[in-house]
Order: sequence, then C-alpha cells, then structure tokens
Amino acid sequence: MFMLKLIFRNAMRHKLRSSLTVVGVAIAVLAFGLLRTLVAAWYLGVESSSASRLVTRNAISLVFLLPASYQEKIRQVPGVTAVSYGNWFGGVYIDEKNFFPNFAVEPKTYLELYPEFVLTPEERKAFLVDRKGCVVGRKLSERFGWNRGDAVTLRGTIFPGDWEFVVRGVYDGSQRTTDETQFFFHWDYLNESVRKTTPRRADQVGFYILGLASPDLAAEVSLFVDGMFKNSLAETLTETERAFQMSFVSMTEAIIVAIRLVSYVVIVIIMVVAANTMAMTARERIAEYATMKTLGFGGWHVAGVVFGESLVLAMAGGCLGVALSFPAAQGIGRTLSQFVPVFRITAETIYLDLLAAFVVGAVAGVFPTWRGATINIADGLRRIA
Amino acid sequence: MTQQPCRQNIVSVQDLSKSYQRGAQTVPVLENITFEICEGEFLALMGPSGSGKSTLLNILAGIDKADSGTVTVGGVDISSLSETDLAQWRAVNVGFIFQFYNLMPVLTAYENVELPLLLTGLSRRERREHVETALAVVNLQDRMDHYPSQLSGGQQQRVAIARAVVTDPTILVADEPTGDLDRVSAEDVLGLMGRLNREFGKTIIMVTHDPRAAERAHLVRHLEKGVMSDSGR
Ligand SMILES: Nc1ncnc2c1ncn2[C@@H]1O[C@H](COP(=O)(O)OP(=O)(O)OP(=O)(O)O)[C@@H](O)[C@H]1O
Ligand SMILES: [Mg+2]
Repeated sequence: MFMLKLIFRNAMRHKLRSSLTVVGVAIAVLAFGLLRTLVAAWYLGVESSSASRLVTRNAISLVFLLPASYQEKIRQVPGVTAVSYGNWFGGVYIDEKNFFPNFAVEPKTYLELYPEFVLTPEERKAFLVDRKGCVVGRKLSERFGWNRGDAVTLRGTIFPGDWEFVVRGVYDGSQRTTDETQFFFHWDYLNESVRKTTPRRADQVGFYILGLASPDLAAEVSLFVDGMFKNSLAETLTETERAFQMSFVSMTEAIIVAIRLVSYVVIVIIMVVAANTMAMTARERIAEYATMKTLGFGGWHVAGVVFGESLVLAMAGGCLGVALSFPAAQGIGRTLSQFVPVFRITAETIYLDLLAAFVVGAVAGVFPTWRGATINIADGLRRIA
Repeated sequence: MTQQPCRQNIVSVQDLSKSYQRGAQTVPVLENITFEICEGEFLALMGPSGSGKSTLLNILAGIDKADSGTVTVGGVDISSLSETDLAQWRAVNVGFIFQFYNLMPVLTAYENVELPLLLTGLSRRERREHVETALAVVNLQDRMDHYPSQLSGGQQQRVAIARAVVTDPTILVADEPTGDLDRVSAEDVLGLMGRLNREFGKTIIMVTHDPRAAERAHLVRHLEKGVMSDSGR
C-alpha cells in the first residue's frame, strides 16, 4: 500500500517529464496497434474466404484465361455442388484513383456461391433479369452515392470502351469481415461485346469458382479437376479460395513485412527513450534510494519502487494509446476504405498494445531497477552533497 | 555535563582498518582503530575534512564495511553480518540523522516518520501512536501533513530526528546534523539531541565540524590521518 503510494507520487513528481513519457508511449502504442490492424486488414480477404469454395484458374498465370466450356466438365466432378465463373474486368470509375474490385460473373451461380452477399429477393430478381444490371457492396454505394436504379459508367482497361451499367442491388455483408466494396455484373454482357470486337478473346473466363459439398473434399476435388485438364491447351490450377487470396496478398508480402518491422521499430525506439528517461530519474533519486536502504529497506523494496514507477508510466501511456486507437481507426478506416474493406481494432490488438506498453516499461525499468537495488549505500549517500 | 562512570560498552571497535582503491593506488582512510563507546554516551567525533569521520560513522552504523577488524554494537558483531541481516539489524538498532536531512520529498512529515516502522510488524494504529509520539518529542505535531519542501531546514531536521528515534534504536548516529543549518536552528536541533540523550538515555554518535555542537557532547574524539586520538575532555 505504502509502496504504491510512493510509486504513484514519484511518477507524478516531474509533471512535464512524466507527461511526455506517457504521451510518447501512447503514440508508439497507437502506431503499433494501427499498423497491426492495417496488416490484419490486408489479410482479411484471406481470413474471410470460405473453406468450402475452390478457385480454378489457368495453371500458367492469372493473366491467361480458360475456355468457358470447362464449366460443364467441372460441374460433373463428384463433390462439386455448383460452378460459377468470371473475369476480372478492371474497369475504372471516372478516375484511376477510385479503385475498387469489379468482376464480370455468371450471376445466378455467383450469388448462390456467395451467400454472404445479402440481397433482398427483389434486388436479386431485378439483377438477374437485367443484362446490364450490376450489384455493388454497401460501402461502395455509400462511397459514390450509388442507389438502386442509378446508371453507372465504367471505363474498360482490359476491355476497352465505356461500359454502362444499372445498379440493381446493394448487398450487405452477412459477416463483419465480408468485403462490401465489390462490383459485379453479367458475364454475358461482357462476352457478347467481346465476341463482336475481339472474337479471339470471346468465350473465355479468368476463373471458375467451385462450391464443395464439404470442405474435406478440397484436396481431392482439386486434384481431380486439374487432372481432367492435364495435357490440354489450357491446364488448370485449382486451390482453395484461401490459398488463392493468399497468392494475391503474397505479392505485397514485402510491404507487409516492412510495415510489421516498422511497428516493432516504433516500440523499440520508445523503449530506448523511456529507458533513458527512467535512468535519468533514477540517477536523481539515488540518494533517496540509499536513504531507504539505510533505514533497513532491502534491495527488493527499492527495486519495486523504481520498477513500479517505470511500469506505471508505461501502462498509463499504453492505456492512453489504446483509448486513442478507436477514434484513429475510425478515421483511417474511412480514408482507406477503398483499399482495406474492414479496419477495426480487435481485442487481440488491445492485448498486444498493452503487452507492448508493459514490455516498454519493464525494459526501460530494468537498468535503473538493477542500479537502485544494488547501489552501495555509502556511495549513494555521498551523492547528495 | 558530568561524566558518569561507564556501566556498559554499547559500541566496541577492534583494530578497524579501511582503505579505498583510487586507480592503482591504495589510500588508507582508517588504520587500526580501537575504541569503545559507553551506553548512554553522547560522543562528538571531530577532525579535518577527509580524515575518515563519515567513513567510520558509516561502519559503526552498518552501512559500510571495514576491510579488517571487528565492530560490535549492542553485543552483535556486525562486521560478520550478511548484507540482508545487516539491513534488518539497522532497521531495529540504528537511527540516522544526516546533514541534508534525507527526507523523502514525496512523503509528508508523518509518512516520513512512519517509513522505518513499515519494516516492523506494527499495526496501522500502533504505527500512528509511535509516529505521533515521535513528532511530539520534536514538537512538530502541527506539521505532520506538510511535505519537506514546505518545512524550514531546522524543521526538516527535526522530522529526520523523529524518524531516527521512532523505532527506539540502540544507537543514534548523526553526520554533521547542523552542517546545513543556521545558528538558531542548529541550537534547536542540538538541544533536541541533548534531550534525547538525557531524558531518553539515547547513545548518540555525532560527527561535527562545529565546536559549538561538540560542546554539547560529553566526550569529544579526534580523528586525524586515520588515527583516533583519545583526547577530548
Ligand atoms: N567511495 C570512495 N572512493 C574513494 N575514496 C573515498 C570514497 N569514500 C571516501 N573516500 C575518501 O576517504 C577519505 C575519508 O572520507 P570521509 O568522507 O570519511 O571523510 P570525512 O572525515 O567525513 O570528511 P568531511 O569532514 O569532509 O565530511 C577521503 O579522503 C575521501 O576522499
Ligand atoms: Mg563527512
């Protein structure tokens, strides 16, 4: 009790120095938490992908396409409940800056395979019957102010020209992690145009999506499908949706690693700064620690007082950092919504934030604690004069 | 200032030596010192600066170690105690008064006096009684909620004296207790120490440069070049 009193009063002694330390730790913890959240958001596509869906693509690379005729063959494979297909459209809305993912898909099967994209029955019907209809995610519709019935024009990049669509549905994600920034429309609409302009590229799809009767069948079905098209003109690579998403994320792996590294570096920097501050503080109080020991307090008592102060300051910073991370995450989530569909602080991040603050306090306190605990009393007392 | 016959030695020092290493050089500070202090004595230790007074006092109080020789205080050979045992021994047997008071700045006068009692098994209520008694002895009951920075030097030293006596130690050691005080405050503090010696029978060992302070003591010893002269009165 008494020791706690001593620790807290010591911590409040140099108001400016303590405040700066607390704010420093808070900012470091804030940065650490936000960078972590950013990395997690990056991987979200992987996490929210379903284990009971497979993606089949051209074995050479994503850029190469597959014949549309494979659908029927894949549909026959035992264990496959539904097959949809689509192309990455790569359309631009007004400006390249306004990036969002957009696909041409086979609408009926696509909606079947993605039950997490929730549409009302009316929307669903309206979309399916309109060849030029499209469906957009809730976030996307909010971003550009699109409502049902609105006409939207995308400029094609892979498929040149201006493409007109009518928003027939705005889907909500059934899960917290569902991507609400997608845009998809009828593959037929795309294919018909391509057939006229560049017949060479017609009747080809970028990917197939396979629904499985059970996630356990993933390996078996993958092998079977790829075996079917072995030695054909277009060999396939079938993998789980998760692995497929992962291959996208891994393209940016270097950036992610760098971000991770930075998040740790931030903590290390504040650790060094805090250690310096604590060492300075302890040096000023050597005579007090020597006095305590003179009175009969053991090294452990003194160590507790020094270490406690370091922890109190660091944890205060940690708590402040966690508190700030919520409004910060909201702000960042809003600005980055086109890149990362979900940007939210998780409980795990909060624990890690606090753990980081604890480590900062502990490491910063180690050296002064050791000094305080082991000072020679006579030397310590001599300091005062 | 009548010298009473010595009933019992409370401190007994035998062949005490201490030197410091300064680089490759060994600097002797205390050389083969032997002396005794009577129970209830008020001893003043004088000598030029650097003669080793503080060093000797620290050894007697168990916060420094001699290189050789034995130091017995209240029947305990403290030169053979371990660091931990020595700390416990100090908590019970020694009251310290420093030149610069050495109060904890973040604790009130009351809390400063209470500090050494935290190492005893006393209850909160018992501690309160002891602290109030000690503060009454130094006549500072009305200042117990003041922080050191709100007290004058003399008052701070009186708080330090209350802290030194609150555990009712075997010996009181003081290193230039009036060194940082003006005349009036110094008189005040010395009067208080005299009272502690007379009325409460406390054995006091005081290092001082101040002849006026030494006058208050029963016995004055001089330390010069590491050797104790038995002169005095
Ligand atoms: N830790 C140390 N390392 C080296 N030398 C030391 C150390 N402590 C004390 N000394 C030396 O020991 C000698 C005695 O020191 P001490 O402090 O006991 O003197 P003192 O008589 O109390 O002096 P003063 O009257 O100035 O307080 C001095 O020469 C001092 O320089
Ligand atoms: Mg001295």
